[in-house]
Amino acid sequence: MSSFWSAWIIVLTLPVLIGCAILLTWNLKNYVGVPEDETTGHEVDGIEEINNPLPRWWTYMFILTLVWSVFYLAAYPGLGNWKGFLGWTSSNQGIKSLEESQLAVTKAVEEGRNVELDREMVRADEVYGPVFQQFAKRDVLDLAYDDDAIKIGQRLFLQNCSLCHGSDARGQHGFPNLTDNDWLYGGTPDKIKETLLHGRKAAMPGWFDALGEQGIKEMTAYVLSLSGRSVNERDAEAGKTKFALCAACHGPDGKGSLAHNLPFGAPNLTDNIWLYGGSARAVEETLTKGRNGVMPAFKQTLGEDKVHILTAYVYRLAHPEKPAEQQ
Amino acid sequence: MSNKNHHDKIERSVGLLAILTIVAISFGTLVLITPLFFLDETTQPVDGMTPYTALQLEGRDIYVREGCVGCHSQMIRPFRAEVERYGHYSVAGESVWDHPFLWGSKRTGPDLARVGERYSDDWHHAHLMDPRSVVPQSNMPAFPWLDKNVLDGKYTAKKMQVLQRYGVPYSDEDIAGAAAAVQGKTEMQALIAYLQSLGTHLK
Repeated sequence: MSSFWSAWIIVLTLPVLIGCAILLTWNLKNYVGVPEDETTGHEVDGIEEINNPLPRWWTYMFILTLVWSVFYLAAYPGLGNWKGFLGWTSSNQGIKSLEESQLAVTKAVEEGRNVELDREMVRADEVYGPVFQQFAKRDVLDLAYDDDAIKIGQRLFLQNCSLCHGSDARGQHGFPNLTDNDWLYGGTPDKIKETLLHGRKAAMPGWFDALGEQGIKEMTAYVLSLSGRSVNERDAEAGKTKFALCAACHGPDGKGSLAHNLPFGAPNLTDNIWLYGGSARAVEETLTKGRNGVMPAFKQTLGEDKVHILTAYVYRLAHPEKPAEQQ
Repeated sequence: MSNKNHHDKIERSVGLLAILTIVAISFGTLVLITPLFFLDETTQPVDGMTPYTALQLEGRDIYVREGCVGCHSQMIRPFRAEVERYGHYSVAGESVWDHPFLWGSKRTGPDLARVGERYSDDWHHAHLMDPRSVVPQSNMPAFPWLDKNVLDGKYTAKKMQVLQRYGVPYSDEDIAGAAAAVQGKTEMQALIAYLQSLGTHLK
């Protein structure tokens, strides 16, 4: 705040306090010309106006308010640039970026200022931080079969993941089932963690312009035949000749990008697991319009330690039984 | 009656009473509101902020029209409970180009100040068509008509011109291309574009 506006606030605020005090004092004196508790002589319908003084309790509260306001303005940041002798503030104001926000936290500590939110965060970090760190140090495969870690993981999952993947984690139209051990970007702990931290963006283009209506119908038949569905053979044959378009991401065998160690997230088309439905109509729609699945990034929201525990929970969903060598 | 009784004079003259009341109230306005029009903190945008695109702007108007602000706030307060759930607390620099701002004061649903990029476009589509399909316990109404209504872009440029006058840095090209940018888009697409832009500059 510039010194002009700081002065503006101080110059207006303090005289108002003094003005209030003067008003109060003035109103405590009896100028009416009638002794207190006696009638002023006004009477309407038999109701008399008595010259009652201000109630005592009200006067004392007014004085108390004035005293409090002086203390408040001295103690807290209320008067322009005056930071208050307590050095208290609710949060770091005036920041213009996340970097500035982080710098402000450090600076407040250096200056010994008492930022309520920062203190709250530090306190929580002292209490809960070690809990998460203790788990973050351990291997995901180990955590996946630790009851406490799974309890925390489940909470995190229900709060953050269930909105798309469902509270039973079995997914829904457009959002993958996490319990079937069928993965788009990889089901190793490292890959799951990568997905959670940084998110994923899938991009299947629409092929209507390239294939036309007949072409879409033929490709649908071929795609369905890959997972052993009975289809119109002639259509499927015709679709197969153009599958090179799809092979770039789904692989020449249609087994998906993961089978070929590619990071596109293109699903395996041969396993009869469908992200957007496996009916002929659903596949046609996918081919016509394309699909753009997005997994949001959780690094900022949850932080690495919580993501680590969540990774273990997601791994456990797909591997409910503890492997023999670990038992 | 003593002529020192000024209070009596004020009480008996409505005009004088009104004037003095306005004087008394104006001190609060002068101290609490006037400086905000001139401070960097409250007039300068946060780093890297861009004005709403034509489509996002139309989406914002649909947000207003459907009364989303009645149940969703856009104001993350500086408490741990909110910061952990929604992200960094809201700052004034994020709202300088919002006319009017949509901070809201009622949270029947969650705060949306940083909902941008939190969920996928597909999720928003499914959720607006039928909230229960993705959040079984939700009591949010469905908005299926948004998917049918198509924007005509008739007033998009005009709206941007008005905002430009309020200091939102739209270029003349932005305004010239506004109608074309929203042509043929559904209200659903516009609303999702708006939601996905919320709070992303401090994320």
